[in-house]
Amino acid sequence: MEKNTRSMYFVPGNEPKMLQDAPVFDPDAIVIDLARRVPATEKDSARILVKEALQFLDYSNVEVIVRINPLSSEYGLKDVETIAPVKPNALMIPKARVEDIQTLANMLSGIEQAQGLEEGTIKLIPMIDSILGLESVHSIINASSRVTAAFLNAEDLAADYGSKRTKEGDEILYARSKVSMACRAAGIEVIDTPYMDINDSEGLEMDTEKANLLGFTGKAAIDGRQVEAINIVFDASLRQAAFPQAHTHI
Amino acid sequence: MKNAVGVELPEFIEGYGVVKPFAGAFAGYGQVQKAAVRLESVQPGKTKLLRSIDEAIEKVNLRDGMTISFPSHLRNGDHVINQVMAVIAAKGIKDLHIAATHIFPIHELLVDYIKRGIVTGLSASYISPGAVAKAITKGYLKNPAVLRSHGGRPRAIESGELHIDVAFIGAPTADAYGNINGVQGKAACGTLSYGIADAQYADKVVAITDNLVPYPACPIEISQEYVDYVVTVDSIGDPHGIVSGTLSVTKDPVGLRIASLAAQFIDEAGYIKDGMSFQSGAGGTSLAVTAEVRKRMKEKNVIGSFAAGGVTGFIVDMMNEGLFRSVFDVQCFDLKAIASYRDNPRHQGMSGSLYGNPNTKGALVNNLDIMILGATEIDTEFNVNVITGSDGVIMGGSGGHNDTAAGSKLSVIVTNLIKGRLPIVKSKVTTVATPGETVDVLVTEHGIAINPRRSDLIVKLKDSSLPLVPIEKLKEMAERLTGIPEPIPFSDEIVAVVEYRDGSIIDVVKKPLDTGGCKPRN
Repeated sequence: MEKNTRSMYFVPGNEPKMLQDAPVFDPDAIVIDLARRVPATEKDSARILVKEALQFLDYSNVEVIVRINPLSSEYGLKDVETIAPVKPNALMIPKARVEDIQTLANMLSGIEQAQGLEEGTIKLIPMIDSILGLESVHSIINASSRVTAAFLNAEDLAADYGSKRTKEGDEILYARSKVSMACRAAGIEVIDTPYMDINDSEGLEMDTEKANLLGFTGKAAIDGRQVEAINIVFDASLRQAAFPQAHTHI
Repeated sequence: MKNAVGVELPEFIEGYGVVKPFAGAFAGYGQVQKAAVRLESVQPGKTKLLRSIDEAIEKVNLRDGMTISFPSHLRNGDHVINQVMAVIAAKGIKDLHIAATHIFPIHELLVDYIKRGIVTGLSASYISPGAVAKAITKGYLKNPAVLRSHGGRPRAIESGELHIDVAFIGAPTADAYGNINGVQGKAACGTLSYGIADAQYADKVVAITDNLVPYPACPIEISQEYVDYVVTVDSIGDPHGIVSGTLSVTKDPVGLRIASLAAQFIDEAGYIKDGMSFQSGAGGTSLAVTAEVRKRMKEKNVIGSFAAGGVTGFIVDMMNEGLFRSVFDVQCFDLKAIASYRDNPRHQGMSGSLYGNPNTKGALVNNLDIMILGATEIDTEFNVNVITGSDGVIMGGSGGHNDTAAGSKLSVIVTNLIKGRLPIVKSKVTTVATPGETVDVLVTEHGIAINPRRSDLIVKLKDSSLPLVPIEKLKEMAERLTGIPEPIPFSDEIVAVVEYRDGSIIDVVKKPLDTGGCKPRN
């Protein structure tokens, strides 16, 4: 991604008004979802809508990421074929495996060539949303130079290991730490899972602070109201980084 | 002839009279004359308590062609209009002008009376979307309806332009000698502000109550010196109907974004400071601005002078938190506001005239710093429509819109740039309610436009991080997404006259050609 991604705002790909309004919240990136938040009966129409939106709406001040369906599903490849030619900044890959990343990287090279784009223009953001993905995170994020960030989806991950999500997030401490450290080691951005209670601004702030302390560079938002609070936390973090305090070395 | 906002008007409107064109928001000030009042004095020993509405109608000698008024704070919970009109219809009286404050869907029965010629004229400050609004728009009313602001209505009454033969005032509590209040009884609604002018200037005043108490009905809001008769009924209304749709803070993220931008603008413009006064219209986004302003007042330890308007519990909380020293109230919007008005001397009632009448020695709106308002449409001259919808059908009214915009130091319009599939910023609004010269800034989710007349604000915010853009740019942005809607075709038939607060005509509503239906012959 081109700039620090503090906030990544998810909007469903089948909601025209939300597609139109998404930039007004000033997120650093919007993630247009063709997967989880679009029912099977609307996959086709949402794909077309998103393609048109990317060509028509003014997204000049945000990074545009499209969350495609898993490549293992019947929709994943169709999503790539339809969306990649209209040049999103990145594709987000659910249930990402090393071979998915490599397949997509090759596929995108072909599309970029056909469209006259510089190779590597379209980035990839794997979602870490399964136990397998978590334990393979190092390999997944290093599978292609197109991978510039990873996104921890703790809802799906916790479901995969049979844990119940809590506001405190103790159950995902290991996952957060592992994904965060792997991405930091690889020199890419790492985006934290969203805070699911959209009416709890205090909880959001605390959860974002926690993600920040664990090394995340940004956080997902599922409601426009969450964006500003997330930006503020990561802005403060950047300011602190600019003026480091003296540390005692041991 | 054209008025000062460029609206073409005839010199005379049948069923209304000679047209006085709007000449500018401040052209109507100067020496004024109030009307003389005709009343029948009451000697000791005479009783005012009557057995029924029927008897009251006989006593006041209600006849064909009269004007009867219904000031009400019960909004969509009001039962008074329907009960009185049912009796009037049964008695065969016709050709009446109803001078209401509000018309809501609960008053749907009026459509039948309009069709039957029982009601031939209607004036109000607000006509909610519904059957009556549609009937007026279709031209069923014999004479054009007249829409007046909350300040314009008492001005018209006090000047004699709107002469009321009989006022029927819903009284949540009354005694047998005509003292009434709105803070007790099962239909307690708080202030009775809109009825003050009616009580003082109508030839006859009938208080209708469902809570008759022993004399005196303290605290008295409208006193016995103005009331001719008292009638008891089973119910004057349901106070739950006061809250009718637009009185809670929005949860819509876009509305909240607009609110956040508006509050930041107000703050950067220098209006959040000690002694500030503030009013917000009803509507989810306007109320969200109040919430944001509250936050900023707390952060800056600001103590305001007063909050005003239709008052919600939210405003009451702000007063009780010490953010405002007092509240001026023309309409209580919820139970908390009613209780506060009853119990807290700092919660001050005000008549419609004190609120917004320009022909007084100073309406309260003149003391207002910040006013937050909504819009159905706004044009590139900043003229605002809050009267007709995109289909040309009446769906509102000025209420206090043009009163507060004119009086306040900073009038802020908050609205989504696009509603449904329609752009809100247009080249020309369908109906002008509030002239652009009194509107200072438009805040949308896509940007903020300052009225070029406010060069001081433009200079003050020149280095702001806020998304400031010319209003023409907002119009372009909206039209890029929606296209330019086809203009609504109108007939030449004027179905409503929109008076500015000073009584001049700022616009008219014409019958849209596609509303269908035939106008019944009266």
